[in-house]
Amino acid sequence: MCTYITEHVALAGTAKGADGWFPVSTASVYLDHPFSAPLEHALCLDFLNPDRGPSARVAVELDEGSARALATAILSALGRAGTAE
Amino acid sequence: MYDTVLEETVGLAGDGGDWIEGYLARPLAPAPVPGMVVIHHMPGYDFDAKQITRFFAVHGISALCPNLYYREAPGASPDDAAATVRAEGGEPDDRCVGDVVAAARYLRHLPNASGKIGMIGFCSGGRQAYLVGCRSQELDAVISCYGGRIVAAPNELSERQPVAPLALTSELSAPLLGIFGAEDANPSPEHRALIDEELKRHGKVYELESFDGAGHGFLQHDRPSYRPEQAVRAWQLILDFSVRHLGAPAF
Repeated sequence: MCTYITEHVALAGTAKGADGWFPVSTASVYLDHPFSAPLEHALCLDFLNPDRGPSARVAVELDEGSARALATAILSALGRAGTAE
Repeated sequence: MYDTVLEETVGLAGDGGDWIEGYLARPLAPAPVPGMVVIHHMPGYDFDAKQITRFFAVHGISALCPNLYYREAPGASPDDAAATVRAEGGEPDDRCVGDVVAAARYLRHLPNASGKIGMIGFCSGGRQAYLVGCRSQELDAVISCYGGRIVAAPNELSERQPVAPLALTSELSAPLLGIFGAEDANPSPEHRALIDEELKRHGKVYELESFDGAGHGFLQHDRPSYRPEQAVRAWQLILDFSVRHLGAPAF
């Protein structure tokens, strides 16, 4: 895609990176050329804590089907627990 | 033939005098040696960008790849740096122009420089090469490889990337080589036709080459998009174009 178009989501939670658990405050969501996944385009998720610098990041690159299944599973899990809006 | 090549990380004063790093690979042969600025792709200042920089050096052309993401993420891994810049809205066009021109000046002042300096970019860097070629008078050749968003709709522009480079074509100051994959969606064959039309309308010196059976990123050897046959032909075209417009390489 070669675009900087990115969705930003404010978060409250933690993620586990190379140096263990850390608080995350935002996520970037975008469809673009992945860095690692062997795909032309991937749905990329970055869980970030900008206050801790660029390396405070947990990254995921998924194919489109996986990303949709993940989104459905998140909503399903929240619904079963009775916490979905 | 003295074919020793030196490769090292260097510092240079980028846009606004900011200190940024760059990866330099240069023949140590006597003058005159032409130069090439390598503009990395959106995933950043990574192994692939350095490999391309070395490619030019072993073909007798001094090359320098400035780390366009250095300010936001000094010392970070390329993917983390790219993610940080993306989250902030991407590399600002004005800053990119300043950094690339600074890299061109660095090459021009090497002790064995011929004074002829080209520029090559890939993916988002292909767009940036076209942009810098239009906004600066300091480059002698422009090579844009599958530059996405040279043609851009108004809703694709932003504060950091406020202008579609196509709109600046009248200002293009050097011969241009455009490399395209015929199966690419951005730049698409329609985008390529618009670029062709605009370059022709303004009487520019240019060559656009489209490769059948190839899509976006077909030169990147470690990705599934790699197309070896087309890539070999494209690299030869790139070298031929460089020699014609920058002069003979060191070896």
